[in-house]
Amino acid sequence: MRAIEVSSGTGTPDMLPPPSMAAWKHGHVLDLDDFTREEIELVLETADAMAEVLTREVKRVPTLRGKTVVTLFYEPSTRTRASFELAAKNLSADTVSIDASKSSVVKGESLTDSLRTIQALGADIIVMRHSQSGAPYLAVHEVNSSIINAGDGWHAHPSQALLDLYTIRRNLGKLEKLKIAIVGDIMHSRVARSDMWGMTAMGAKLVLCGPSTLLPRGLNGFIENCRLSNVSVENEIEPALDNADVVMLLRLQIERQQSGLLPSLREYIDKYQLTPQRLSLAKPHALVMHPGPINEGIEVSPEIAHGAQSVIEEQVANGVAIRMALLYLIAGGRSK
Amino acid sequence: MSERTLMTPEDIQRALVRVAHEIVERNKGARDLVLVGMQTRGVPIAKRLAATISDIEGINVPVGSLDISLYRDDLSSLSLKPTVHRTDIPVDVTNKQIVLVDDVFYTGRSIRAAMDALIDLGRPQSIQLAVLVDRGHRELPIRADYVGKNTPTSKNEEIKVEIKEVDGADKVVIVTPDKGADNESD
Repeated sequence: MRAIEVSSGTGTPDMLPPPSMAAWKHGHVLDLDDFTREEIELVLETADAMAEVLTREVKRVPTLRGKTVVTLFYEPSTRTRASFELAAKNLSADTVSIDASKSSVVKGESLTDSLRTIQALGADIIVMRHSQSGAPYLAVHEVNSSIINAGDGWHAHPSQALLDLYTIRRNLGKLEKLKIAIVGDIMHSRVARSDMWGMTAMGAKLVLCGPSTLLPRGLNGFIENCRLSNVSVENEIEPALDNADVVMLLRLQIERQQSGLLPSLREYIDKYQLTPQRLSLAKPHALVMHPGPINEGIEVSPEIAHGAQSVIEEQVANGVAIRMALLYLIAGGRSK
Repeated sequence: MSERTLMTPEDIQRALVRVAHEIVERNKGARDLVLVGMQTRGVPIAKRLAATISDIEGINVPVGSLDISLYRDDLSSLSLKPTVHRTDIPVDVTNKQIVLVDDVFYTGRSIRAAMDALIDLGRPQSIQLAVLVDRGHRELPIRADYVGKNTPTSKNEEIKVEIKEVDGADKVVIVTPDKGADNESD
């Protein structure tokens, strides 16, 4: 309960005027690269109101009665999917979940055909995950339903980034000027990419850290071209952690080793695992975060994953409030 | 468009003191009383009522704030959805005498939403309603228990309430559109 008070009240911690619905311009949520700071503030404030609903004995409000939310997942997921479905149910929407590996997709139905079928069934909002970067952008042109990107390829995972921002602000009271280190397989991480947009929009300083084989090619040039002066790159974990307020670890996909991007797992553990000793380089109360699922003993040692500084489980819980906020904000309003 | 003052700061102050006494009289004291202000201007009004009641009775009266955005019946027809604020009621409402507090009482639809929201939080012993201004035009079978000022209005008039804590000054004005102006603004 104490943590809730940090971001409640009328003023935001950064002393800006409270965000209003008039700031909201999105009919779809595809990535955070086109979100203004005010829009992000509005999502976080709305999530804070939703978090109160989650503390109730009956966690249900009638807000989206009569609306249909469809989750369409072409990739496996536990937390994101469950979290969107719970969020929709808490708002009294009807939910349908389609697991593409068990649907007509296996009979050869294309993404476009699946989307049109779902629209014909009356979906107001489609929450989709796809292994191809950009798939939700295609979806926007194919159907009239609002689209929420629940992860596309290596590209974006906006609801995860928003719950990361929310979790940091609830624990540390603000985002501005915090040093946030994201460590691990940046190249294949849609979470890192969306986090980068969201965190820089909120005024945080971001350090992306990983072995050069796991950083996207041309990363420095990209940072320069986009004038992301608050983003820097480190190959070694120690300088990245130095005086950090938040350490975000990414899942190391073991199969990357077979593709030759990692010389050996042992070497990765040696050089990049977050150990108590390394964590002591960060600020004393630095938060440890992870989008999950975790490889304990690889990117993070078990005592830290479950230690006092870890907010990994809180991230999952906050995901429901953030997704309720997103569903509320895009339901009804549609920009085409 | 013409503006006419309906209540001065002194009028507002006197009306709230009277309403505070009425609340105490009706409830035979202030035990089990909880005042719940409706966002936005109902909240400071509820706080002032609670302070006056505390002075009269010598006991502390809890004040909460209620946001009804998630309970509105017109969400899908609004072009701009309301900004959701946090509902914050510091005590369990079950078995309490709840006094809902709002600035303007009009169609009754927001009070319907507020009652649904309150009942989702528990089972109050009773729910009463206190408003600063009752302008009539009810669309639901709901009435107020305590009224600061009754003001018959026409539907194309607008009642504007300003409260010091939110707007910097206390006043209630009635805005009447000029003759021939659009009557559909309601």
